Amino acid sequence: MKKLGKAVVLFPFVLWMVLLILVPLALIAYYAFTKSDGNILQFSFENFKSFIRPDLLLVLARSLKLSLIATAICLFAGYPVAMILAGNTFKKKALLLVLFIAPMWMNFLLRTYAWLTLLEGTGVINTILDALGLGTHTFLGNENAVVFGMVYNLLPYMIFPIYSSICKISPNILEAAEDLGSNAYTRFTRIILPLSIPGVLSGITMVFVPGVTTFVISQFLGSGNVILIGDIIEQQFTRASNWGFGAAISIVVMIVVFICMWIINRFTDEPEVTML
Amino acid sequence: MKKFFSKAYFYIVLLFLYLPILTLVIFSFNSAKSRGRWGGFSTVWYQRLFHNSSMMDALVTTVIVALLAAVISTVIGTISAIALHNSSEKFRKTMLNITYIPMMNSDIVTGVSLMMLFTFLRFRLGFTTLLISHITFCIPYVILSVLPKLYGINRSVYEAALDLGATPLTAYSKIIIPDIMPGIISGFLMSLTLSIDDFVISFFNTGAGVQNISILVYSSKTGVNPENYALSSLMFAAVIILLLVMNLRSNHDQRRNVK
Amino acid sequence: MKKLAILLSIVLVALSLSACGGNSDRITLNVYNWGEYIDESVLDDFEAKYPNIKINYETYADNETMYTKLKGGGSSYDVLIPSDYMIARLIDEDLLQKLNFDNIPNYSYIDDKYKGWSYDPENEYSVPYMWGTLGILYDKTKVSEKDFTWNTLFDPKYERSVLMKNDMRDTLGLTLKSLGYSMNSTSEKELKEAKEKLIAQKPNVAGRVNDEGMDKMIAGEAPMAVMYSGDAAYCISENPDLDFAIPSDGTNYFVDAMVIPKNAEHKEEAELFINFMCETETALKNALEIGYSTPHTGAYEELPEKTKKSFQYPDDAILESAEVYSYLKDKTDLYDKIWTDFIASI
Repeated sequence: MKKLGKAVVLFPFVLWMVLLILVPLALIAYYAFTKSDGNILQFSFENFKSFIRPDLLLVLARSLKLSLIATAICLFAGYPVAMILAGNTFKKKALLLVLFIAPMWMNFLLRTYAWLTLLEGTGVINTILDALGLGTHTFLGNENAVVFGMVYNLLPYMIFPIYSSICKISPNILEAAEDLGSNAYTRFTRIILPLSIPGVLSGITMVFVPGVTTFVISQFLGSGNVILIGDIIEQQFTRASNWGFGAAISIVVMIVVFICMWIINRFTDEPEVTML
Repeated sequence: MKKFFSKAYFYIVLLFLYLPILTLVIFSFNSAKSRGRWGGFSTVWYQRLFHNSSMMDALVTTVIVALLAAVISTVIGTISAIALHNSSEKFRKTMLNITYIPMMNSDIVTGVSLMMLFTFLRFRLGFTTLLISHITFCIPYVILSVLPKLYGINRSVYEAALDLGATPLTAYSKIIIPDIMPGIISGFLMSLTLSIDDFVISFFNTGAGVQNISILVYSSKTGVNPENYALSSLMFAAVIILLLVMNLRSNHDQRRNVK
Repeated sequence: MKKLAILLSIVLVALSLSACGGNSDRITLNVYNWGEYIDESVLDDFEAKYPNIKINYETYADNETMYTKLKGGGSSYDVLIPSDYMIARLIDEDLLQKLNFDNIPNYSYIDDKYKGWSYDPENEYSVPYMWGTLGILYDKTKVSEKDFTWNTLFDPKYERSVLMKNDMRDTLGLTLKSLGYSMNSTSEKELKEAKEKLIAQKPNVAGRVNDEGMDKMIAGEAPMAVMYSGDAAYCISENPDLDFAIPSDGTNYFVDAMVIPKNAEHKEEAELFINFMCETETALKNALEIGYSTPHTGAYEELPEKTKKSFQYPDDAILESAEVYSYLKDKTDLYDKIWTDFIASI
């Protein structure tokens, strides 16, 4: 009876998983591993072979690098925000949390366009700098701009999970530590930080993965001068109609991302909440 | 002093997040069509917006899809997280690994693969497929938000409730659910946000007659039509008003509680 | 929390009601066009004239995304407005149906110059909507070039000055032309040469943009950009410092035409719509609004003299030397490969 109950409860989940995750994944794999030869479809590794070349591997490496930098910045910039949110600096936490989400309810492309207006050579910020006698600078069209765009768009995804894991820490533990004479620094390194690791890991995943596969950010803030692997994938699916190649690249990227996440997750001994 | 620095840092980060939105609001009053030039103050884009039926339809679609997708995926995700929590470790880990595939995949692959599935099943692309695709990419985030909360709960209260004769369902809804509520809410908000913000997956999984704001914005040819700025500014104003109302209400409640 | 749930459900119900509130006995005609490529009041005029038809108007950013959407199946559009080479591809892949010209009497207004092009040699599938050329939009205050050729874009003196297009056919086409080859070359050797030339152009490139290039040019972000004539007309109207040049070594000349896909659900109404778009008044409204050049003889007559003399309607000599993109068929893969090679090396 209990087993049946569990089966009923899990049914929508399993149905969703099989139909909407595994089957589409199989379809992608099907495209990646076949090659049409005239009208006959054959099993083939050709799509994968054509990915193994220096320039594309370089693009992949660049995507990983930029996303990693953005993830690190998000972590170091976002952790204090999560701590401030979770601490007693402010009273209305729920409200402030929504304040952090609300910018993302405005359209992503419009926000990116707004950054163009701010950062362009003739943009708002340069106009101000120029008026202050600081000269104009080129902000866009390079790797820094792409990292900047990633940080802007993904920072909230780092803050939430860390915030929620810090909130979970029982105030009793911190009080006990304080009573036992530990200072704020020790309390942070010995209690808060280790206990927030699960949140940090979720945050890293939620920033790193979209960062690796983005193509809109590189197109706009990178002015098309910084090509990421997402651009190549997008090109194959929408412009080139070369779905097989696009699918093969995505599978490679997926595996690489899985490996990265696996490595990151090795750094913790909290298997319960790690992602993999 | 420390509090001052905390606050200052906090507001700087908020400013960083809101700077482009302020720009959007300012440029929604630009009489010139291009964002490359300031042509003077004007409300022409607001007037045009209200006569633009496709933009109004897109707004309605965006809101409905986001709310429905968030509600449905929160329900499915929460139930699944609870069920997974009660499963054996091995089963749970396998299931979780599969669950995270959509998170690991680039949007375009998720989008195209779902489109392949729908056309393979001879579904007509439209509102339903759009909704299903949004639910699909939201569920993992709900599970990710709820599951950690489940590890943190104290099971003894739940067991005590069972001992005192509560059915498992009552025990869950009275004890477990309130405990994991923060996780559920954050999963819901996350789903809502992802759904509103998505373009790529929506683009591939919607059909003639159903468009959300993102699709409308991306398909605009001359860069961006300023009516979009006007629409976003209005949405932003709505969110701010909602927040203020929430704020006032909670102030009110607090005062009442003190009495 | 409960209150929130109730509020939420009320909002949902209200919104779904407003979404489904449409009148069901009206036919819905799905029109899929380029973004910002119509005077939208024309749609209201059509609905006023034919009250039993409701137009559902949607837009795309380029030919290829439209193709991906169409090819994916699953949704049916009644009228599309793709460019020449894309129409050839759609015909080749059997995705379009022949038009019944008895329902489109206004077709007679279309100038014969725009009929019988290679993409639809027998004029069976398409009705031209707009045409234009590819050229260089430049800032008169920053560039003083007497004779613009495609090689101007590659001139070392224009360091970080050029906005290229993030578009395969246009970018490869103009580079092939600058090398003295055909814009439709399918020779692997010539394409590779073009690729090398593009890679070497890197120091000149300020960005590779799509439509965001228009705002950048209006803002004065770059001295030069590759652009279509119609978009250039819009930019010049916003910033008088700009001017447009058609390179003297020959350019691309394109037509976007109205077609009906095979799986359209309302073919007759679609033809009615196409016919309406070819009425002089409608065609004129569109031409005035979007800045591209009209193939409609009646509308052309009504245009201001200034427009007729501008680059939007260049001399026949220029047009005769211009090339139309042809559908590449099995050579498409070669182009895709060269293009992927190129962007991967940026």
